[in-house]
Amino acid sequence: MITVENLTKTFTLHILGDKKIEACRDVSFRVPPAGFLGLAGPSGAGKSTVLKCMYRTYLAGSGAIRYQSATHGMVDLATLPDQAVIDIRHREMGYVSQFLKVIPRVSALNVVMEPIVSRNGVTRAVARKRATSLLERLRIPAHLFDAYPATFSGGEQQRVNIARAVSWQPRLLLLDEPTASLDQDSVGIVLDILKELRQEGTTMIGIFHDAMLLQSVTDSVYHIG
Amino acid sequence: MQPLIRIRGLTKRFGSGCDRCLAATGPEHDTNLCPHCGSVLACNDLSFDLFPGEALGVVGESGSGKSTLVRLLHFEWEASAGSMDVHRSAAGSHLLAEMFPENGDYSRNLLLLSHFQRRQMRNALMGIVYQNPHLGLRMGVSSGGNIAERLLGAGWRNIAKMRQRAAELLEKTEIPIQRMDEPPANFSGGMQQRVQIAKALSNNPMILFLDEVTTGLDLSVQARVLDLIRNLRSEFNLSMLVVSHDLGVINLLCQRTMVMKAGHIVEDGLTDQILQDPQHRYTQLLVASQL
Repeated sequence: MITVENLTKTFTLHILGDKKIEACRDVSFRVPPAGFLGLAGPSGAGKSTVLKCMYRTYLAGSGAIRYQSATHGMVDLATLPDQAVIDIRHREMGYVSQFLKVIPRVSALNVVMEPIVSRNGVTRAVARKRATSLLERLRIPAHLFDAYPATFSGGEQQRVNIARAVSWQPRLLLLDEPTASLDQDSVGIVLDILKELRQEGTTMIGIFHDAMLLQSVTDSVYHIG
Repeated sequence: MQPLIRIRGLTKRFGSGCDRCLAATGPEHDTNLCPHCGSVLACNDLSFDLFPGEALGVVGESGSGKSTLVRLLHFEWEASAGSMDVHRSAAGSHLLAEMFPENGDYSRNLLLLSHFQRRQMRNALMGIVYQNPHLGLRMGVSSGGNIAERLLGAGWRNIAKMRQRAAELLEKTEIPIQRMDEPPANFSGGMQQRVQIAKALSNNPMILFLDEVTTGLDLSVQARVLDLIRNLRSEFNLSMLVVSHDLGVINLLCQRTMVMKAGHIVEDGLTDQILQDPQHRYTQLLVASQL
């Protein structure tokens, strides 16, 4: 489904006299359809960099990120034109980190509904039902559904974030420590949801700070650094 | 997906120009003023595509050529060189059927149309919202009248229908209908911006130009205008060119962004990439300067 070959990323900081910082070097791995690969390594090894290169938030320095897209065929996400990346993000590829980054002044329910409506082509009623059940399952209190997530606690924000990321059942999901700082019960619920998503066919690549967790949810682990 | 409009080599020079202008201006010289002939190259060899339904951001400091770009594309100023062509599927292309080569998907260069044809194309295809509402509105004419004027330009003739359309648009942009007969001069800055948006949308444009629309508004009003633009964009399936020096505005509205400096596009890419992994020296400075 996705093959990363010799991915290297170096930042050149022009304002610091063209200082070069190598974030990752020669990363190579392969993930089969519906597989779940964990990325492991010490802090600063470049785990997040790899995910961000795959999502194209970072431009890869060299190497290839070959992805078998459902709509675009075999593509290299390192060099694909912007417009096609936008389309693949919209139809197939999700990204979730531990930080909630949503549009301000949109209610929690709408934050979760929006990708379902725009990406799955279902009616608002269907989307509302799916979003509501996800939020309930992640134990967001019902009286917060119409409030703005910016005002929520850290853990609540994180759960809204996860609900939004999984709500539209992306084909490929990149997870950057989505469960960091969640309590044990919440982590369990999130893992169950991820497990179901995989059964539906979603391929995942994830970073988890907890080694036990990493071993239990993924089916292979790639060590960086 | 094919672009809605394609811009190639767009250039605007003020002054006589000389054969050393190109080499002596641009981001590496940190100026758009040619030291040899004194010409100003406000926009220099700009090429890009605008896709259907996308919001494309343009960022850069004052004087980088952002507003000049908008004025060229909106046919307010004559370009010195370059081309702009539009896809056959664009609204208004029926008006200019002769502009489309028999087997081609794109029109001939719109920048070479006559004044009359350009006005027709603009009325059918484009809307614009300026930073300064005085540029987009007649301050002494009623708000409904401002919209009717635009509809007249687009070929509407029935007064009752125009009034109804104006009321609908003002309602969408959250102006109380009871005030539609008041001139924008009576309104606050945020309301004036919303009347401008209503006017810009009145002819159902496919392309909306937003030139620093929230600059100078206070924060809560800015938020309301941005929310409105976001909602209208999905409702009308607009393609937008969003010019702003505020990276927050660009981040909120645009999936793709171009960075301008001294009349050149120095970098373009996905907005999150431009903000998190800027490549060009100037973009890095711009992102690092964010509050």
